[in-house]
Amino acid sequence: MKRRDFLASAALSALPLACRRRPEFPFPGELVGPDLPLGHWVRGGAFADPARFEPISVLVVGGGVAGLSAGWRLADAGVEDFQVLELEREPGGTSRSGRNHVSPFPWAAHYLPVPDRGNHAVLRLLDECGVLEGFNAKGDPLFAEEATVRAPEERIFAYGQWWEGLYLRAGATAEDERQYHAFFAEVDRWAAFRDAKGRPAFSIPRSRCSDAPEARALDSLSMAAWLDGRGLTSPRLRWLLDYACRDDYGSRLDTTSAWAGLFYFAARKQGPGEDSRPLLTWPQGNGFLVDHLRRACGQRLHCGVMATAIRQEGDDLLVTAWDNLQQRRCGWRAKRVIFAGPQHAARHIIEGLEAARPASARIHNAPWMVANLTLRARPKESSFPLAWDNVLRGSEALGYVVATHQSLRDHGPTVWTWYRPFTGPDCEAERARLRAMDWEACARMVMNDLRPAHPDLESLVARLDVMRWGHAMVRPAPGLMWDPAFLALSRPFGGIHFAHTELSGVALFEEAQDHGVRAAEEVLSALGRPGSSWR
Amino acid sequence: MANSIPEGSLPAPTLKAPLLFISVLLIASCGLIYELVAGTLSSYLLGDSVTQFSTVIGVYLSAMGLGSWLSKFLHRGLARRFVDLELAVALVGGFSAPILFQAFAHTHAFRVVLYGEVVAVGTLVGLEIPILMRILQDQVRFKDLVAGVLTLDYIGALFASLLFPLLLMPKLGLVRTSLLFGLLNAAVGLWSTHLLKSQLGPVRMIRLRCAVVMALLAAGLAFAGKFTLAVEEEIFADEIVYAKDSAYQRIVLTRGRGSFQLFLNGNLQFSSADEYRYHEALVHPAFGLRPGAKRVLICGGGDGLAVREVLKHPSVQEVVLVDLDPAMNDMARTQPMVRQLNGAALEDPRVKVVNADAMVWLQETACAPFDLAYVDFPDPNTYALGKLYTSRFYRLLQRRLTDEAMITVQSTSPLMARQSFWCIAATMESSGLKVRPYHLAVPSFGVWGFALASKRDFDVPTRVLPGLRHLSNEATAAMFAFPKDMDRIPTEVNRLDNQVLVHLYTREWRRWS
Repeated sequence: MKRRDFLASAALSALPLACRRRPEFPFPGELVGPDLPLGHWVRGGAFADPARFEPISVLVVGGGVAGLSAGWRLADAGVEDFQVLELEREPGGTSRSGRNHVSPFPWAAHYLPVPDRGNHAVLRLLDECGVLEGFNAKGDPLFAEEATVRAPEERIFAYGQWWEGLYLRAGATAEDERQYHAFFAEVDRWAAFRDAKGRPAFSIPRSRCSDAPEARALDSLSMAAWLDGRGLTSPRLRWLLDYACRDDYGSRLDTTSAWAGLFYFAARKQGPGEDSRPLLTWPQGNGFLVDHLRRACGQRLHCGVMATAIRQEGDDLLVTAWDNLQQRRCGWRAKRVIFAGPQHAARHIIEGLEAARPASARIHNAPWMVANLTLRARPKESSFPLAWDNVLRGSEALGYVVATHQSLRDHGPTVWTWYRPFTGPDCEAERARLRAMDWEACARMVMNDLRPAHPDLESLVARLDVMRWGHAMVRPAPGLMWDPAFLALSRPFGGIHFAHTELSGVALFEEAQDHGVRAAEEVLSALGRPGSSWR
Repeated sequence: MANSIPEGSLPAPTLKAPLLFISVLLIASCGLIYELVAGTLSSYLLGDSVTQFSTVIGVYLSAMGLGSWLSKFLHRGLARRFVDLELAVALVGGFSAPILFQAFAHTHAFRVVLYGEVVAVGTLVGLEIPILMRILQDQVRFKDLVAGVLTLDYIGALFASLLFPLLLMPKLGLVRTSLLFGLLNAAVGLWSTHLLKSQLGPVRMIRLRCAVVMALLAAGLAFAGKFTLAVEEEIFADEIVYAKDSAYQRIVLTRGRGSFQLFLNGNLQFSSADEYRYHEALVHPAFGLRPGAKRVLICGGGDGLAVREVLKHPSVQEVVLVDLDPAMNDMARTQPMVRQLNGAALEDPRVKVVNADAMVWLQETACAPFDLAYVDFPDPNTYALGKLYTSRFYRLLQRRLTDEAMITVQSTSPLMARQSFWCIAATMESSGLKVRPYHLAVPSFGVWGFALASKRDFDVPTRVLPGLRHLSNEATAAMFAFPKDMDRIPTEVNRLDNQVLVHLYTREWRRWS
């Protein structure tokens, strides 16, 4: 090669460097957990046994709200000899939170409707957290003002401006209004319903709900079909109800059980004709409650540890696990196991479960994308001011919540948590779609969604981080909620007890906690230490 | 004048010289208007009108000199140059007022922009007359030329100087005046394409340029009403002497009829004529009950006027002032009128200024407990202000006080916003405080109310510091009696999660505006 050719080729090879693409966004960010490779590794199967199985009384597999609540219950009962294993680096599951120099912020679940006086376990937790301040003369609980969502709670972006509330009143016709009231009259009717045993049709947790045939019959219809049957066709009303389904279930009106659709509204009513229960929230969302539960578990919580196999051996359970932090195999010989993970994982980990309980395949989890946008400053606006929950009409996403709202900071930097459920009918296809998105694709989805309301947002974003939840929340499909085989998934399998919100068919903090407490109390009974129930 | 025409041998005139003299009149008026606009605007915004006017006039005249001198470097195509010059003056001069207002509101280099603008306009105006005279030198005898041009130049100046204060300022305001005269300058340009046609050659493109400039200025005039400050000039009855967009609010000081006023986001905060009534009533009743108070907290009150009253008490050892906006404190320290009014209170060694949201500060900052607290926020017309009137706020406040401490809260008008006033009192009670509301007349506000409170029961104060302008012992006790139309009515409690006060307040005040 002549010298001149060499120089020319050197110059040519340097060209791609010089022309490197300018980044699409002027801010950094990253894709954060959950740990997909580690989680999916378990599907490969065939794990060798560890060198030894440490004896233990109770092993809790899963450090989400259900698993932590089980640990919380066991610790209070005086059980010393238990451990909680969590595959992720941080516990809390979909109630996890993060924190940066601006504010703590949620990574998923971010509020809790105030519990009624019958929801003992949640009241106990809130009391321990200092949020329950006492009871009024009627016996209803009173909660700390600073934990109750600060007004303004919600606003909606439509027709080029923000409006107060979630239901868009501007431009509503008389027929829209009539149907709106007709729907909530229907909700009131169900809120007032009591069966022969005095149980309500809808209550949280759902273990307190009536199994009366008229209530169960709602499960045979989709929410869309139920609305059709009542002539409730108002686009505004249906948008509101579809939003509720997407928000709480990651599904749509036509893929949501009418029982679940009404549960969303009726279970939150203080009483017929009364307002919905106020919401409790914290800057870090339900991460506030997770922090308390993990303190209760203390040193017995192990993160980065994934159970890979569980099998019954005589009266004991042999649990094999991979400690991802120390990169070693470990094992336990447990008297009892509380499996507080999802059923799609249980099928792979628990020997013999898949064959014995085919109904577990009926559970489908919707994938979600959650983005946290750290802003240097807030966009300048002139219509209804920034609220806690900010929703864009006509968007596939759910809008964003403002982390600094509850910490009273009305000026300067903030963190917005943006939510987007993937609501297509096939969860597997939606999951593949989400998995294929890199950070740029995620950031593009977020910014394109928010641009109509905030054209100047890009210049205010300091960073944008994204969590891709593959299995964010169970979908309450029609027919699932009262399917006996589905409900039987909560029963123990040998010495293994199950706790997870998906066993309720709806993804709620209270359901996860209820299952955790139930499983822990089953184990306490089995260990011969029954006490009075917290439920 | 070597190349000028000898007297008595003039060629037949090819230009419409008498009409060109009229354009001198117009040019001269425009030039003086720009000078007056710059002078007025700078004395409005910076205060000290003598200095502002003399520096603006001096710089402007010397820039005109510069322009005149520069004119000798222009040789060819003078007619064309003249039309271009008119368009340039039209743009630079016409947009001078809007540009200067924007520069004042949004940059830190107002003086640089101001004098840059004055030099630019002055230089361009300085070029006009010499060039016009050279265009006419072939047409008119020199002695007639000099006499005619200069006469009309000076008469034009008289025109403008009478028109400006009598008609233009009161009717149009600064922004519209400057735009209107820019339009006039551009019109002279367009007219010149007709008058100087014989020297211009093809005029289509030149006329198009004139049309574009005139359209720009006309658009400016049409949108002048949307222009923040033009609007403000209409809202504020008096002249604006200070205006600043801080990160949190718009701060405006106006002056007129022997007093000056502070506005935040267009809402009157005080008038120097009667603020003593307000601030004496805010501060001294609580001292009447706790005469030896040492540590005092003031939330809001960045203007330093409450501090002034507090510092009249010799027992005071430390005052902590928590105000959101550092720009407010800067204004209170540096604006001579305000500084004089607050007696430079913010520089007193006993005063510590903290720039923070008072509620966040109360929530997150620990310090020795206070003996007295004054809560002097703007009225609750937004959610961000409404939170400062919630039961949570009063609970957080109590955590920073001694058990004997007194709290005084500015709580809007019990007459104009009766429900809001009593809502504040009820909210304070719900946080565990004992509350005694009171009121007085502050002419620029109307009947105004406060709430005096303490963790323990207390009696109405009957003694105040002697030597105040408004309050006496008797007047103090009398403030606590409420006539029937302002007396207590039942209201909800203002909580973070309902913010009822914002709704009450906006509904009640809507009736009065």
